[in-house]
Amino acid sequence: MLSDQQRMLTRAAREVIDGQIVNLGIGLPTRLFHYLPDDMNVLVHSENGVLGCRPRQASEAPDIDMIDSGGAYITTRSGASVFDSATSFAMIRRSRVDVTFMGAFEVDQEGNLANWKIPGKFSPGIGGAMELAQKVARLVVLCSHNDKHGNPKILTRCQLPLTASRCISRIITEKAVMDVTPEGLEVVEIAEGLSVEALREATDAPLLIDESRLGRF
Amino acid sequence: MTLLNHKSCDIDAAIAEIPDGATIMVGGFGSPGTPFALLDALLASGQRNLTLIKNDANEPGIGIGKLIEAGRVKRLITSHLGLNRTAIDAMNAGEMEVIFHPQGLLAEKIRCAGVGHGGFLTDIGIGTEIAEGRQEISMEGCTWAIEPALQADVALIHAERADRYGNLIYRATASNFNPLMAMAAERVIAQTYRIDEPGDLPIDTIHTPCAFVSHVVQVARASSQQGVRPHAL
Repeated sequence: MLSDQQRMLTRAAREVIDGQIVNLGIGLPTRLFHYLPDDMNVLVHSENGVLGCRPRQASEAPDIDMIDSGGAYITTRSGASVFDSATSFAMIRRSRVDVTFMGAFEVDQEGNLANWKIPGKFSPGIGGAMELAQKVARLVVLCSHNDKHGNPKILTRCQLPLTASRCISRIITEKAVMDVTPEGLEVVEIAEGLSVEALREATDAPLLIDESRLGRF
Repeated sequence: MTLLNHKSCDIDAAIAEIPDGATIMVGGFGSPGTPFALLDALLASGQRNLTLIKNDANEPGIGIGKLIEAGRVKRLITSHLGLNRTAIDAMNAGEMEVIFHPQGLLAEKIRCAGVGHGGFLTDIGIGTEIAEGRQEISMEGCTWAIEPALQADVALIHAERADRYGNLIYRATASNFNPLMAMAAERVIAQTYRIDEPGDLPIDTIHTPCAFVSHVVQVARASSQQGVRPHAL
């Protein structure tokens, strides 16, 4: 039996196409590393200046000059390169990163993302999130459907300060896979065993659902 | 600028030239590339009312974290404090002013100063909270925000290898902001594990040409061990 997070990560890994350049945000998205097949031609970009990250195995001695942007000691795969911070963000702003996975505090039906600041509670700075969200070719949000108090995170309109507006392509939660469309949020897949009514109940934003085409994951 | 044959010097002599109130760029993203030995010398040397420019605030008890905890930092210009709880507390208590920039804009503002330009135009952050107070212009149908260049009195740099003239080579993800900052300050002090004679470094592997560098000081490799994160191992 997979946990909710394992199911989300397994589903999210299917978003990555062989040959792509991928960025994994801090937290849950970083764990996607372990769900990408070894034989895939995928280079994982990290903002601190590396393209081609690979998780360090427990048997490998850590290199203190080799971290990812979350501070974990990593190694590199074949085809990797290292570079300075300006080059790293040139890659981001020029949309040379094909897909980025990020967590979120709030998302909304227009594809707006809030994931950097909760006024009065949490404001450690925005890091690289704004430029990644605004410029990546495809942004996939990977987050829990509700916050720890059970409040919806998939909203009609974000309340928190935005990281970037109209930037999200797809949202993957433990309950659903949703695409941002001009008409609103379209549910393309729903979790095994979950009813459409229960999904709507857990969601603030209106959802477009065609039950005849609805996939399960 | 320091003459080529006078760049290699003692760490305390180089740091002693920094005045109170100086604006200082500090290389590093997290621990890699942080000039720990130079920062320890700065702590010992006693300068106050410093403005620091660094991607992050290291972690409590290491790097610029020590200077912040000692009350020596008046202002910090940065992109993220996520790994340093004591820096966040100092900010929230009003003991240290913090100015945040998105990470890539921070890098580009420094790069811009380093190449001798006054600023650049960007569309990053337009319509968000970080755009408040920025001047915007319209050009060929697009809206751009003006980002001024960011320069400093001093840059503290970490390089893997150097030569006596101040040519620098960085290693792996210890590069990050170092090559940008090494061009953007009036006085550039680089620490390195090994200082070679001019001609010893392969010329096509040099990342920062010596023309930008004021001082090179040799430090023990062990000085960087304070940056090892046992919880990440």
